[in-house]
Amino acid sequence: MNLDSLTHTSGEWLRGSGPESDIVISSRIRLARNLAAFPFTNRASTGQKAEIEALLRERIAKLELEPKLSYLSIPTLSSLDRQLLVERQLISRELAAAEGPRGVALGPQETVSIMVNEEDHLRLQVMRSGYSLDEAWQEIDRVDDLLEQRVTYAFSEEFGYLTACPTNVGTGMRASVMLHLPALEYTKQIEKVFRALQKINLAVRGLYGEGSRASGHFFQISNQVTLGKSETGILNEIKSVIPQIITYERQARQSWKRDNRQGLQDKIARAYGTLCSATMMTSEETMELLSFVRLGINLHLIEDLTIPTVNELFIHTQPAHLQKLKGTTLDGEERNAVRASYLRQRLREAGAHPN
Amino acid sequence: MKCQFCSNPATVHLTDIVDSHKKELHLCQSCAEQHQLVTKQELNLPAILQNLIGQHLGPQTDELARLTCPACGIKYMEFRAQGRLGCPHDYVVFRSGLAPLLQRIHRANHHVGKFPQHSVLAPEQQAELVELRHRLQSAIDREAYEEAARLRDLLRRKGCHG
Repeated sequence: MNLDSLTHTSGEWLRGSGPESDIVISSRIRLARNLAAFPFTNRASTGQKAEIEALLRERIAKLELEPKLSYLSIPTLSSLDRQLLVERQLISRELAAAEGPRGVALGPQETVSIMVNEEDHLRLQVMRSGYSLDEAWQEIDRVDDLLEQRVTYAFSEEFGYLTACPTNVGTGMRASVMLHLPALEYTKQIEKVFRALQKINLAVRGLYGEGSRASGHFFQISNQVTLGKSETGILNEIKSVIPQIITYERQARQSWKRDNRQGLQDKIARAYGTLCSATMMTSEETMELLSFVRLGINLHLIEDLTIPTVNELFIHTQPAHLQKLKGTTLDGEERNAVRASYLRQRLREAGAHPN
Repeated sequence: MKCQFCSNPATVHLTDIVDSHKKELHLCQSCAEQHQLVTKQELNLPAILQNLIGQHLGPQTDELARLTCPACGIKYMEFRAQGRLGCPHDYVVFRSGLAPLLQRIHRANHHVGKFPQHSVLAPEQQAELVELRHRLQSAIDREAYEEAARLRDLLRRKGCHG
């Protein structure tokens, strides 16, 4: 697989289509699995990790999946390529930073990825654009069944799928939905939503998972409990709150538009204008401004841009993507200048005329 | 200050932080020696640690604190410190410590959901295979190649295909 080709697209999760895609960016499910006959990754020697990797790599290659997955060995990748995979959410920051034999098998559509020798021997992931948890579950369930025909999972009737960290044991499943909630955040109602979610044991995180800030008004909502509930039970819990949050966000957008149309229009026009003309731009500011542009498109306050274009800009302005597109490594200052010029050029091509 | 065990004047003072709780021990010389915290005027750190942890977590956990998984070699206290288990068999060996922990995290202690449809190994089999691998690794580390070959052969005969 040629990683450079990834930089020409925005990847599955930013395709900007699928149900409720004005608010739901993507749906993702991860399953943690381990081999029965080996120590967990953190306790495995380098030799054992190599053995686990070789075994899994061979079994994954035999999976009856169309199209086939390609395997990338992480230690052979440059740090820029690793970061690129992190930015595209195809591998975790932990896998990028870990040591020893490890890798990831990827589908060309970037919907399926299987990490090898992360905290658990196997971390399966399926991603879908928009609000599609059920489709994501059907696919990952199938991949899991296929793998299970070829390897023996660590499993106990009492505790389910056995994982290195007790917080993942049971189903080993982490399902999450990424939402774009600019109006709820701007009108300061988001805290109320979070408190309600925490009460029912759902976690809220930023764009790049644990510990990351919620930049660009993106929020990931996921289950915390993995034991004592079935996979569909867990999905149903998430599904019981997402439509409500979507409704709240839509209501907040409409009342913002109704009560302070000029203020909102001004905010969006300034964001758009800045993106079209600034000469230095941090990644953080880019996220913030693109977020308002995205809101402007959804509210029909910006007519000459499309959601897929904005989504592509979100990912292409990330540090590793930018350096890949430019074909050279850049330090922070240089990146800010290159980012601003890239944004100006792309928005000009898209026919941007901020008014 | 008096010794916590016998009320003689305390001359050995130990302070430790466990899970962000401060724990103190104040003992007289003879009690400290009796509990093997001080041997020949030197501090016995592992014993001190064990004592403090025992005091902190209660007698049952004191027992737990001494547990080591025979399959992968991880100690219960290593797991508590790192938050990561060493192998699937730890769920059997550390069960009495894990069950309340799982109850706290998940508010449940029994799996509901998907089961593998094909091969599932019995817990003893999982443990045996991990242990064989553990022994194989230490044989390799010791450069005991004959033993390593024998163990590798044994693993193969156990039909272990991962």
